[in-house]
Amino acid sequence: MASSMAVVGVGRLEAALRSGREAGRKLLVPYVTGGVVPSWLDVVEAVAEAGADAVEVGIPFSDPVMDGPTIQEASARALAAGATPEGLLDELGRRRPGVPLVAMTYMNLAERAGHRRFAARLADAGVAGAILPDLPLDEAGPWAEAAGEVGVETVLLAAPTTPDPRLRAICEASRGFVYGVGIMGVTGERDRLATSAAHMARRLKAITDKPVLIGVGVSTPGQARELSAHADGVVVGSALVRILLEGGGPQEAAAFVGRMRAALDGRREA
Amino acid sequence: MTAHPPGLMGPPGRGGRFGEFGGRFVPESLVPACQELEEEFASAWADEGFRGRYRAILADYAGRPTPVTECHRLSERLGLRVLLKREDLTHTGSHKINNVVGQALLTARMGKSRLLAETGAGQHGVAAATAAALLGLECVVYMGEVDLRRQALNAFRMRLLGAEVRSVTSGSATLKDAINEALRDWVATVETTHYCLGSVMGPHPYPWMVRELQRVVGDEAREQCRRLLGGADPDYVVACVGGGSNAAGTFAGFVDTGAALVGVEAAGGAAMARGVSGVVHGMRSRLLQDEHGQVLEAHSISAGLDYPGIGPEHAYLGSVGRARYVQAGDDEVLEAFRLLSRTEGIIPALEPAHALAWVVREAGRELPRGSNVLITLSGRGDKDVAQVMDMLDG
Repeated sequence: MASSMAVVGVGRLEAALRSGREAGRKLLVPYVTGGVVPSWLDVVEAVAEAGADAVEVGIPFSDPVMDGPTIQEASARALAAGATPEGLLDELGRRRPGVPLVAMTYMNLAERAGHRRFAARLADAGVAGAILPDLPLDEAGPWAEAAGEVGVETVLLAAPTTPDPRLRAICEASRGFVYGVGIMGVTGERDRLATSAAHMARRLKAITDKPVLIGVGVSTPGQARELSAHADGVVVGSALVRILLEGGGPQEAAAFVGRMRAALDGRREA
Repeated sequence: MTAHPPGLMGPPGRGGRFGEFGGRFVPESLVPACQELEEEFASAWADEGFRGRYRAILADYAGRPTPVTECHRLSERLGLRVLLKREDLTHTGSHKINNVVGQALLTARMGKSRLLAETGAGQHGVAAATAAALLGLECVVYMGEVDLRRQALNAFRMRLLGAEVRSVTSGSATLKDAINEALRDWVATVETTHYCLGSVMGPHPYPWMVRELQRVVGDEAREQCRRLLGGADPDYVVACVGGGSNAAGTFAGFVDTGAALVGVEAAGGAAMARGVSGVVHGMRSRLLQDEHGQVLEAHSISAGLDYPGIGPEHAYLGSVGRARYVQAGDDEVLEAFRLLSRTEGIIPALEPAHALAWVVREAGRELPRGSNVLITLSGRGDKDVAQVMDMLDG
């Protein structure tokens, strides 16, 4: 891929997102909790086909402090159904959706397996990136190095409370993209897009050339479109997971992601 | 006795490390608040004015210094010389008041108006609500639904003191989930709110800060023991450990002496005996977890020790051999609870009854006859009598 050759050290995830951005697309990364419903792998493939640029797959943890009620419930359901990190990654590795996969989980699962072993499991499952919300910049070094050795890009989070010098250090160290947290709070749907979301996006875009995606509190196609004026794209989790918790399957999930895609594309055409 | 690294129980290493343990594993949204708190505490703790206000409240309001009581009848029975550090005699009835007074003063110093707390048995929740009332702060306490049922009176006490008590139904609906919920609240409210963590756990600077705010227990006890023991230190210093704040405060006063330090965990919540290194609630420490890294629930008759982890400094003190961590089971704890009540007229909380139970079991065995043993009686048993009555009747 030409864009991946252009910047030395750019990984598979970042390359794919950059090439989408260069093609004039606003980026869309839906989140699905692994194991939340028996058809979760079909959901991953369906949302990939419906216009996702990458898919974030949650590996459930017993104590998800960055997550609100929807993803807590999804994690609890998956764990109650017997989901394990190894099992989910084995299943995931047997599918190859046409877009990069990003694992979202908490640090203890990597600690328990050992950083190298956990990173290797992600890589073997075809996962290109990792998001660990309880692993801030200052603690990220050893994990990010182990992950980097097997080609897994560690995406760091930036928050509305992060001061500017630290924001620059986060952008420097983040791989794949920079995940801007749109609101002070945990994951979950919000009626209105917080003003902090656009502000976060503008602050990040002013200091980094890496793809900037905003997540947490981005729930509707309208909110995604509104935000895409400032960011390279959005991550949408709870709104999609709620559809699955309420009995929806691959079709309903794909329809929702299709509407998000259309809204983002409409913004570009407008 | 092996040689120990110098400077034990001083300031933590870079990034809040105690050896390989500790650190700051929190969402980015909370990192700036933890950094601010670290700076604020360091400067307050070096400020004689702040320390003076803290000491004055502990003296005039909380009833410090607490005495060390020599247990004559119990000593005779066990063939030991048993001393109790009486944290049960403080205002609100446990050592938790030492920590919340310091953190409430810090909250005001940072210009914040709201306190968050988690609670298991309710002692820390009551203490936090008390300090908030004293300093005119808003207070929200998260408490697991299961614990709320076990400790309904403490929840009522918190409400009487003006705090809002929020029931936590997620996960196992106990202490660990109350901490998760408090952290989630804090992620959204960090600009106006201080999270008043109740133990020597969580992200840096909490393990260090809470230990410093509790070291008054050990500092007082060391001087009191020397007066009682003709200038000598106890042979053994014993305290119960859930997160480990009363033990940390006690050990801080004796870490530089020749005393053997012993932490007693609940057998069903023994992070030191059966936990492995892990990351939860902002810290790397020893943690009860399954083979995949999912956190396990702890089980104990004392809600205050129902915690699957342990403070990172304890994990470190254990790893370098300066402190030992042992376990006590529910039955022997109930026996010790009754024994102290009958022999000394002191009804202990179930948490320190663990420390007592180990001493009773090991008297004349691991603890040679005639040893001088200090036990921190971290709280009084009033909160537990209804539960114990049910268990003894059942």
